[in-house]
Amino acid sequence: MVLNTMSYSQAAVLAVQREMEADERVVVMGEDVGRGGIFGQYKGLQQTFGTHRIIDTPISEAAIMGGGVGMALAGMRPVVEMRVVDFALCGMDEIINQAAKNRYMFGGQGRVPLVARMPIGIWDASAAQHSQSLEAWFAHMPGLVVVCPGSVQDNYSLLRAAMQCGDPVVYMEHKTLWGLEGPVDEGVQVPLGKAAVLRPGEHLTMVSWSRQVQVCQTACQQLAALGIQVELIDLRTLWPWDRETVLNSAAKTGHLLVVHEAIQAAGFGAEIAATVAETLGVRVKRLGAPRIPVGYAPVLEAVARVSADQIVAAAQDCLRPVTR
Amino acid sequence: MPSNAQKDALAALYLCMARIRAFENAAEILSQGGVSAYNKTADGSAKVRGPLHLSTGQEGVAAGVCAHLTPRDYLTSTHRGHGHTLAKGADLSRMMCELYGKATGFNGGKGGSMHIADFSVGMLGANGVVAAGLPIAVGAAHAQKLQGRRDITVCFFGDGATNRGPFLEALNWAQVHQLPVLFVCEDNRWSATTASGPMIAGPGASARSESLGIAAHPVDGNDVRAVYEKAAELVQAIRAGQGPRLLHASTYRVKGHVSVDLAAYRDPREVEEALKNDPIQNARRDLLALGSTDAACDQMDQLAQAEVQSAMQAADQAPWPDVSAAYTDIQTTGAGQWF
Repeated sequence: MVLNTMSYSQAAVLAVQREMEADERVVVMGEDVGRGGIFGQYKGLQQTFGTHRIIDTPISEAAIMGGGVGMALAGMRPVVEMRVVDFALCGMDEIINQAAKNRYMFGGQGRVPLVARMPIGIWDASAAQHSQSLEAWFAHMPGLVVVCPGSVQDNYSLLRAAMQCGDPVVYMEHKTLWGLEGPVDEGVQVPLGKAAVLRPGEHLTMVSWSRQVQVCQTACQQLAALGIQVELIDLRTLWPWDRETVLNSAAKTGHLLVVHEAIQAAGFGAEIAATVAETLGVRVKRLGAPRIPVGYAPVLEAVARVSADQIVAAAQDCLRPVTR
Repeated sequence: MPSNAQKDALAALYLCMARIRAFENAAEILSQGGVSAYNKTADGSAKVRGPLHLSTGQEGVAAGVCAHLTPRDYLTSTHRGHGHTLAKGADLSRMMCELYGKATGFNGGKGGSMHIADFSVGMLGANGVVAAGLPIAVGAAHAQKLQGRRDITVCFFGDGATNRGPFLEALNWAQVHQLPVLFVCEDNRWSATTASGPMIAGPGASARSESLGIAAHPVDGNDVRAVYEKAAELVQAIRAGQGPRLLHASTYRVKGHVSVDLAAYRDPREVEEALKNDPIQNARRDLLALGSTDAACDQMDQLAQAEVQSAMQAADQAPWPDVSAAYTDIQTTGAGQWF
């Protein structure tokens, strides 16, 4: 086991580098990727692999995504970069109607091994069009795999898994996790669809993903000080999601709280909560952002964030006996 | 070209067009009552269900262009894709089975007319979204270039598609990267039930292409020989690595937007005039001038019709897909997790 400390961004570079070394069909396409990408997530790769494999594109999200579909059908394994999920909306037909549907619609004649990277989350002081968490949109779509890595190791291992899986993957890093430092063991494989139990607990199961996991960690410490032991699960992959781990934990604790940075209404937390309630009949609760656009001023932006204090309050509420 | 060789080449194009026409005519009849649209109601009796977009009258473009392609060349098509698919070499019987929704169709009954495809001959699919084929074609062409192949990609689209963003994005990309792609604008003058002319600012597809530095070549799409000759020149240039080209083929959508649309919104004189310029009749006239006979042409028509009849029989007898197919070929990661 060789552990190297690196950033979330460097872990992504390493993952792409390893896959490109292993498979010459892998190419990267997107705006600014030749200069390393706006988050440094492709840093140095064009120098190593050349302009023909790290392909700079015009600001043409529809053509980047649709072109990725055509490339994949022609035998390549493209990674397409959308910069942020908010811009991926300009290529929605290409990912929803083309990439996701191709295999089924044409009766399995082709497959689309494509990884579409589109970072989610509130990007500090970037306001309504650069701060969205739209993972639930993509989780709704048959044909797609949806991944939301929340740690440095996971960003390395899950990105490699995504590039190897052969399905179209919506790979959602977080816009403000790039500088996060952590150890990476290149030998660690993380399968898609497998959650991680980050801390054991007996009173309440808490499920989250992406950057919100860190806020949950803080809340869990506060709850521990109050005598509440939380089992914290990082879901990591939203589709397919790890029912077994979540259900086993909720069966043990009897209480489930799902926390996400995305808007609560029609969010993916509702899917998890409903599944757990239907299956186990345990007490469930969701906590996400209010259904408001993200504002620019710090005081407005803060309203759209889910804080540790809110998580603590929601956990206590979930554990309170039901009064009728 | 000596006249015998010319005659043989034109006869091959004629047969290709005759097969498309016979297919479209049969599909048109089979689809009546198959969709609720244009004041018609689906009555459950039609063998070909859903929206059926006919390429009747546009056969010259498909035949003239695809004659220059091999199965290693790719093609992306539109919702009006039967002709392109047949001209690219797809099996007519399996196509008919797909229109019926049968298990023996190219897509196993999962796609139907609007998603007809035969990847085995490089036909990467008709598409239900206008202009969606353009970026896919450009990506496929980019792969061909990276792979060092001499193959090319042909991208068919309609005049209506030139008003969508992906048209600009794809042409720009193809020119920036000098990709081996032939864009073919099949200008049939109608965007669904709206005349395209008043909806297109400026002089249209060719001018838009030229503005990006992509040489555009106008051609009478109903003169299959002219299409064939112009396409030959463009395909040769593209194969030689000279970058993308655009062929602007003027033709006419003889039928409505879909097969149950009688297109009563059109001036009958416009249709009458267009019917005088039928690509198949034009080719027959040219064949006769080259020394062929009406009997020889009739024989090709009959051959095409017999093939379509046989395809309909095959489709009638073919099984429906097993219902379990509803859950196959979706995704490998997470297969089985449908709820």
